[in-house]
Formats: sequence, structure tokens, C-alpha cells
Amino acid sequence: MLGVALLVFREVLEAALIVSIVAAATRGVARRGVYISGGIAIGVLGAIVVALCAGAIAEAVNGAGQELFNACVLFAAVAMIAWHVIWMSSHARELVQHMQAVGGAVKAGSSSLTMLFAVVALAVLREGSEIVLFLYGMAAGGAGIAGLVGGIPLGIVCGVAVGFALYFGLLRIPLRYFFTATNWMLVLLAAGLASTAARFLVQADWLPALGTQIWNSDWLLTNGSVIGQALHILIGYDAHPSGIQMLFWAAVVVALVIGMALTKRKPPRRSDVAQSRVQGEPHAAA
Amino acid sequence: MIRRLLIAILALSLLSGIAFAAEMPQYTLTIKDHKFQPTQLTVPADTQFKVRVDNQDSTPSEFESSDFNREKIVLPGSQITVFIGPLAKGKYKFFDDFHQDTGQGVLIVQ
Repeated sequence: MLGVALLVFREVLEAALIVSIVAAATRGVARRGVYISGGIAIGVLGAIVVALCAGAIAEAVNGAGQELFNACVLFAAVAMIAWHVIWMSSHARELVQHMQAVGGAVKAGSSSLTMLFAVVALAVLREGSEIVLFLYGMAAGGAGIAGLVGGIPLGIVCGVAVGFALYFGLLRIPLRYFFTATNWMLVLLAAGLASTAARFLVQADWLPALGTQIWNSDWLLTNGSVIGQALHILIGYDAHPSGIQMLFWAAVVVALVIGMALTKRKPPRRSDVAQSRVQGEPHAAA
Repeated sequence: MIRRLLIAILALSLLSGIAFAAEMPQYTLTIKDHKFQPTQLTVPADTQFKVRVDNQDSTPSEFESSDFNREKIVLPGSQITVFIGPLAKGKYKFFDDFHQDTGQGVLIVQ
């Protein structure tokens, strides 16, 4: 049972951390609970479909299908996070003012916030498909029903608990700095996902490694440890990254920092701020 | 522009891959009864090589290593190929993520 719980926990943990960051970053968006639940539900359905198609995916592109599929899913998530982060750098101020002024929620419809819910779906899909295949194997291999029935909920509950802990920890950040903090977390998340995508492409020999192990920090934190795995998602930690992984990681960080700087709006003049306070409806989200 | 660069890199690496494919050493691991056969592979240092994993069980496995950063699912009755290295001398563990209690092995790089 513990073996089942541990594997489920590890996969759920990765998705839960991503969902928590997205949940925090979409604070103040109306009906985001529905969007996030919807994202998770679509992700679970997608995971089952991917697991069912595992054979076709594995055989595609001369046997490099798995790596390419993973890399594509990861790059799609990176692109959507990037879009949101850059959009947010010019809208965070309005969002905070709005939340302070009316204490209410903004509509998600016209914003790029909805983009983040697709990231939730992709994260659940990628990690979930492994759980489905693993559980199928356990069931087909004649593993005890007791182990599965006990292990699956235990793993899910523990993984989700860590996600909630991160979420409520993030909520303690003062509102003034809140979206700056969540935006930086999204930048590091995207950079880490890009690095993982590069790793898959090296595994399929589609990209040169540019140095297989640039450093080795196994003595500090291994990739296989739970903390190492959590940091892998949160900041892209790798105990022995290849050169191309570092290149992809750095490229995403640099691109997003430049993108954020270019779109950042100048602080509004004092008169504007005063006026908007009176109206209580500052710069309706465009 | 980034996309063009990426395509260029992909194309170049693909070409270099084809050029070296012929002389790249290849090894085979068989998974049977959730165990690797052999459990130990000796490979040359500082050389890229291929490992083919043949899953003869009726359940899926995942060939994985935290030591050399690889993970790939091996469906029942099918084979996968993973490119590894070049690695420095040493021992690198690998395992079957779906059957960790039995599926363990090690690469000896020398």
C-alpha cells in the first residue's frame, strides 16, 4: 500500500504545486474555483486519454513520441505562463487597486487569467497519465485491492495537502507585493518546465546536451528526494543539469524579465490615483 | 526569432544525430518479472550511448534514473530506446519507477 501511496503522492505533488501557484496568481478573479476545478477535471480526463493512447504515442516519431509529447505539453505550459506573466506586469496594479477598492473580484473573461487554467489542465494531464498507467499495471499485475484502495487516497490526500500548505502560505504575502511574488514564482516555474522539456529532447537525442552534468549537487539534495522534486517544480532545481537545460532555464527567465520590463506601465500620476479612489472603480480591467 | 533558432538547433542536432548514429554503442536491458536483466551494465566513460529496454512483462514499467536524469515509460511487450551520456566515470543507479522494490539496476561507467 505504501508503494502505491508514494508513487501517487509524488505525481500528485508535482501537479498540486503548480495548481497552488496558479490558484494564488489568480487571486481576486471571479469564479476561479470553477475554472480551477474545471482545469483539474479536464486534466484528469486528458490523463486517461493519454494513458489509453500511450502505445500510439510511444511508437510515434521513430520511438521518440513520449519525449516529444512531454516536451510539447511542457512548452505549451511555458508559453501560456509567459503570456500571463507579461500581461500581469501591466495589470497587477489595477488588480490590486480594484481588490482594495471594492474588495470584490474581477471578471476573468477578457483577461489572460483564463490562460492559467489551461496550465492547470496540462499539469494534471502530464502527471496524471503516469498514475493511470501505474495503477493499470498494479491492477493487472494482481496487486491487492486493499493496497490500491488504501494507497490511492492516501497519496492524493498527502499531495493535495502540500499544495494547500503552499497556497495558504502564499496568501500571507501582503497584497502590495502579492502579485509581484506570484509573478516571480510563475517565472521560475516556467523556466523549470522549459528545462525539463529540454531534458526530454536530449533523452530522445533531438537536442545536444551541451555538457551532460554541469555540476553535481547530489550531496546537497538529490532529484529523487521529495524536497528535490518539489524544488524541481518550483524553481527548476536539478542536482545535475545538462548545459542545454541551464540554457533553456536562463532563456525563459531572461525573456520574461525583458517582457515584463517592456510592458510594465509607468506608475499613475498622483491625481489619477486620487481620482480613482474617489470613483472606487480604478481603470476597469481592459 | 526564437522559434527559428530552435528549429535551426533541432535541425543541426538531428543531422549530428544521424551522423553519429552508426557508431553509437547500444546496450539492451530486459524487464522480466519486474526485474532488470542484467542488473549491471558496463559502459564507456565520456561516450554517448543508447540503452534499449525490452519489457517482457504484461504490465507497464518506467525506466528511470535520478542519477543520469532519464525517465521513459515502457509499455507491456514493447521496447524503448533512451539516449544517455556522455557520463563521467562512476556508478549510476536506475530503477523501474512502477516496481521499485524489485526493479533496480546500476550503470558502471568506466
